[in-house]
Amino acid sequence: MTTIAELPPGFADKVLSAQSTFRSVMDAMARPGLVQRIVPMAGTPGPMMRGTAAIALTLFDHDTPLWLDARMSESFDVVKWLKFHTGAPVVQDSSIAAFALIADGLALPPLERFALGSSEYPDRSTTLILQVDSLDAGRAFELHGPGIDGVATLQAAIRPADLFERLRVNEALFPRGIDVVLVADEAVVAIPRTTRVVNKGS
Amino acid sequence: MNAPAYNFAYLDEQTKRMIRRAILKAISIPGYQVPFASREMPMPYGWGTGGVQVTAAILGPQDVLKVIDQGSDDTTNAISIRKFFAKTAGVATTTATEEATVIQTRHRIPETGLHENQVLVYQVPIPEPLRFLEPRETETRRMHALAEYGLMHVKLYEDIARFGHIATAYAYPVKVNARYVMDPSPTPKFDNPKMDNCPALQLFGAGREKRIYAIPPYTQVVSLDFEDHPFEPYRFNAPCALCAAENSYLDEVVTDDKGGRMFVCSDTDYCEGRQAAGHHGSLSAAPYKERAQGESNG
Repeated sequence: MTTIAELPPGFADKVLSAQSTFRSVMDAMARPGLVQRIVPMAGTPGPMMRGTAAIALTLFDHDTPLWLDARMSESFDVVKWLKFHTGAPVVQDSSIAAFALIADGLALPPLERFALGSSEYPDRSTTLILQVDSLDAGRAFELHGPGIDGVATLQAAIRPADLFERLRVNEALFPRGIDVVLVADEAVVAIPRTTRVVNKGS
Repeated sequence: MNAPAYNFAYLDEQTKRMIRRAILKAISIPGYQVPFASREMPMPYGWGTGGVQVTAAILGPQDVLKVIDQGSDDTTNAISIRKFFAKTAGVATTTATEEATVIQTRHRIPETGLHENQVLVYQVPIPEPLRFLEPRETETRRMHALAEYGLMHVKLYEDIARFGHIATAYAYPVKVNARYVMDPSPTPKFDNPKMDNCPALQLFGAGREKRIYAIPPYTQVVSLDFEDHPFEPYRFNAPCALCAAENSYLDEVVTDDKGGRMFVCSDTDYCEGRQAAGHHGSLSAAPYKERAQGESNG
């Protein structure tokens, strides 16, 4: 059994590390497809990557219900670490989650199971934090939308392979929708609900 | 030590997390007003409490902060907010637009073009563009949900019926990314075209009304208008009296009680930069510049 003393640490400097991490995530959200680096280091329990851990410490608290996928939730360390460092409640019902942590993209549930917001309050939607294999190699995706000057090219190895096809629900749902943050180790790329894929390379 | 110890950039971390989450949602839904739990700040409502909270949530020790009030770096509001963050966050401050990474503004967009490494934070008094047309929040929220903006066009049409042109001169409504009608805060409509396809991220904070909204970089922002009455930015037809600029937004300054007046750039940094570069207007020995008694007017 893990005791608190054996848990991986949080940020060494809570205030400035959270600020630096937030700016990376904000820049990622403002410039979809562009890879941002998360600099501050924190402990990484179980299957959690460095970027995911930093985002958790920056954005999660008692106001943000979390949904964990099976690989995350079966790690006792992850659950304990989140509880100790963030205090965020872990929920079973993904449709009320503010954030969802996905370690195993192949088991990503249908997106309709997450909160999509309402027409009046489209901000009350789940932000998916999806851990992927790579954000600098793999298939090329051409993205456009707000935040992108013309077309942005993202090279990424993403599971599920049909993630962008699934995200096309955002077109019909807008302004409701799902925002996704892709994490590969300390690299992050955001795909807000306004981003569209123009065409996919091989 | 008797002085109270504040957290970096004044706000506590839980508040920052809440504001940061609101900012992320605001960016992902351009022009939509995200409700947030606005805090009391050590300054009155109407002095930029919304903008200050947004700035406090994004500011880091590496940032260089510029604060403007109606284009000016030297007014009470601008100076006090700049000092507030110099004191609570220890950040570097500047008046030069190009050097700043975070620019907090009240009612102007700098004349100098913004670049990608900048964030423009607006102080917003009334974020809801439909509020004076429909006072009920439940109704305006539904109107936004349904993209039901006919009322706003009726308002602009009534301007034309009454005055022969669209008389709205500031807080001129815009449509963001072809979806949400948004209040650009009380900037003169002269500034509206600068919001369109801007390389910098634009964040809006309304403290009393508890709303945060955003325009991501490179996003389409269209000022509402009609085919036969297209949107036209307004500017006094004069060069700046200090720097002779022909394309900057001008303030009218009354200089005596006999009808004398001068027009000067509202963006003081832009105006001073032009004067330093050798541009001189008709009154470039500005009346406010101190001069020893007996010294010639040169």
